[in-house]
Amino acid sequence: MLSPAEIEARLERVLLTVQKPGRYVGGELHSVVKDWESTAVRMVFVFPDIYDIGVSNLGLQILYDRVNARPDALAERAYLPWIDMEERMRANGIPLYSLESKHALADFDLIGFSLPYETLYTNVLNALDLAGLPLRSAERNDSHPLVIAGGHACFNPEPMSAFIDAFVIGEGEEVIHEIMDTVGKFAGRTVSKFTGLQAHMSERANAPTFKRVNALKELAKIPGVYVPRFYDVTYFDDGTIRAVTPNIPEAPQVILKRMVAQLPPPPTRFLVPNIDIVHNRLAIEIMRGCTRGCRFCHAGMITRPVRERSVDEIVAAAEAALQATGIEELALLSLSSSDYTSILDLVTAISEKFAGRHLTVSLPSLRIDTVSLDLMERLKDRRAGGFTLAPEAASERMRRIINKFIPDEQILTTARAIYARGWTTLKLYFMIGHPSETLEDVQAIADLCKRVLAEGRRALGGRAKLHAGVSTFIPKPHTPFQWAAMDTEAQIRLKQDLLKRQLRDRNLKLSWTEPPETLLEAWLSRGDRRLGEVILAAWQNGAKFDAWGDQLRFEAWTSAFAACGLDPAFYTHRPRRPDEIFPWDHIASGVRKKYLLEDYRRSLEGQTRLDCRENCYACGILPTFADERRAHPGPYWKCPEVKSPTKARSGVQ
Amino acid sequence: MRLRITFAKTGALRYTGHLDLHKIWERTLRRAGLPLAYSQGFHPQPKIQIAAALPLGFLGREEIVDIWLETNDSPPPPPDSLQSAAPPGLTILRVEPVPERAPALQTQIAAAEYQVTLLEAGGGSDLERRVADLLAKETLPRERRGKSYDLRPLIQTLACRGASLDMILSAGEGATGRPEEVLDELGIPPETTRIERTRLILKPAIE
Repeated sequence: MLSPAEIEARLERVLLTVQKPGRYVGGELHSVVKDWESTAVRMVFVFPDIYDIGVSNLGLQILYDRVNARPDALAERAYLPWIDMEERMRANGIPLYSLESKHALADFDLIGFSLPYETLYTNVLNALDLAGLPLRSAERNDSHPLVIAGGHACFNPEPMSAFIDAFVIGEGEEVIHEIMDTVGKFAGRTVSKFTGLQAHMSERANAPTFKRVNALKELAKIPGVYVPRFYDVTYFDDGTIRAVTPNIPEAPQVILKRMVAQLPPPPTRFLVPNIDIVHNRLAIEIMRGCTRGCRFCHAGMITRPVRERSVDEIVAAAEAALQATGIEELALLSLSSSDYTSILDLVTAISEKFAGRHLTVSLPSLRIDTVSLDLMERLKDRRAGGFTLAPEAASERMRRIINKFIPDEQILTTARAIYARGWTTLKLYFMIGHPSETLEDVQAIADLCKRVLAEGRRALGGRAKLHAGVSTFIPKPHTPFQWAAMDTEAQIRLKQDLLKRQLRDRNLKLSWTEPPETLLEAWLSRGDRRLGEVILAAWQNGAKFDAWGDQLRFEAWTSAFAACGLDPAFYTHRPRRPDEIFPWDHIASGVRKKYLLEDYRRSLEGQTRLDCRENCYACGILPTFADERRAHPGPYWKCPEVKSPTKARSGVQ
Repeated sequence: MRLRITFAKTGALRYTGHLDLHKIWERTLRRAGLPLAYSQGFHPQPKIQIAAALPLGFLGREEIVDIWLETNDSPPPPPDSLQSAAPPGLTILRVEPVPERAPALQTQIAAAEYQVTLLEAGGGSDLERRVADLLAKETLPRERRGKSYDLRPLIQTLACRGASLDMILSAGEGATGRPEEVLDELGIPPETTRIERTRLILKPAIE
């Protein structure tokens, strides 16, 4: 591998021939450059898309801080080069390198991929290839870094199981330290490099070589870590799964996600990029989890229980982050901001504290009611941008099925107030393709949009604008809808055509997701181990940057499925037997499969479930994490308190 | 209060463009706790004027920016206090008050001095002769973005020193000499060089 100096010399010759070279040089305020030689454990985080998208990823910012807080470890970063830079790198023999020290990725002990969504998978293969590493986990040996991945997409790790050595299921704040300790032992085999290091290193110097497979066995023992090679999968003749069985004693039958009982203080020393990026802002997570139980929502199911930060902690973090970075925009993040218990207090405190300091505050994911307007008005002294609401469905029947029940009248009242108070643009998000949806339900979306825009015209005349964003439903793993079949391409197009025909108005902008993007995401979300060969073949066919609509090469995927002898419809268009074993069933979110099935059945009967803050529906989170709840009593968690004495952890499935 | 800051732009910031540099200044000044003045209107912008855009990839040894603060009475902040708020690659050299009503900085630039380092050995074997030939010409007609112009009168000085070239090029409004264009006349591909703007030369004060 090239040395950092050689990489830098080659970079200087190519950087001025590519777009936005600032993506490839690092040097940001608050990036951490530790001394390579004297740091015992070296890891690199990779966000498998370009810098512009990856820098603002909050999960990686949290983990970067935590690893670099350890005196024995360093964490650096890498992102995927855009197509022009990839071509120059390959032509000039420049491997994928870290932005901090410009070391080739192969020089690290551990590579950690962030996988928040599935359409990044081909980019992971491209990153490994650009790093000069064998793509398959089984082909990597003791000379190669360990490769792990975490993030929401990893709740179904099977499609990428051939390429990733170990997956981290759930929240990373605590488990990252257990992983680094284990990787430290793995790195210990090169300990002769570290002569002069602290005393504790010397014992590793004398230890027998800590082989890769031993490191993986150690990782498999860490709760929340899934090492796919230690599991065998057998199938029925119809292609569904017969069983997933551990093949070593160290591997648990079920991998329960990690959950941080008390959210640690939020990061404040955010990286300050030297070029403009997507989401060039501070982000503070005010709450994790959601109590609403929308049945299509993956995040809402896998991030339970709800845990809130205090107003004081959030305000103090905002102040510290602002001072450390000078960044002029602050986003207060959660899955459902209006549900944060002290939302009014928080918004009041933030708006008073930062008044006159030219800070823009955004509060996404607001409920559809006029309280949301009051909140937004407190945060903004001008009607910047639009106001965004997500009804998701427009007919009463559909709203009951998806368990997001907001009456038309409430939407219209809110829209009327938004326009009347001076916002000229309202954005409404809908989803088509929910289970049992008909064209009448889609027509209701068009009708509702017209009524909302009519409200706008009454208040503002020709200045009123409506933006309707219509995505397509995917039956995601770990949700009540995981048994549902999704719409075929023809069905999706029929529904989209109806909306396009109906919503022709110069003040109404309709946007939608192209069916190939939805189908690809669905296959990757629901895939089993066999999909790994399809991902590899698609990448070999030229697929990468699949999340970029204009880069998606659908034929690369359809031909990959054909070459592997797999039918994509098997993964998406087939209703499931209630007792089908899903590829992700050995990964536990803490919400019981039995509960999800019961909720799916309630959905088909049109029965809703209200906010579970009001009434616990026994989804399984509380018995799974009873010890954690007992140790953290009070209103900080939104689950009921646990009074019973400690007992052994109950089964999670 | 209007302050003139002289600074160097090096390291990774070499690959940060002009618009992004504005944002870097805004954030640096906010971190330093200085009360930046903002423009009026619907989209208030901090009042920051950078003397001359430094092309992407160039290093800057003595660049200039004017900033406006909301205070009038306090003494200008010491360079150290700004330096501790600056990102890697931004070095604060001087901070001095200038009259509020002095002309806009962009209109005061007369010329710029550049030093070009040649990264490829051997590329400059007959460089001295090529430089002499170029300087001997009376006109250098060129075309840039569809407009033809004469580069020769914009070259105030041009000299070869070992593996580097020094030049002073005029930088008036509508007639700016660009070092890449000079390199092109000399047959040197710009990607084989490292270009540093070493100094901005202001017009003499009229008052």
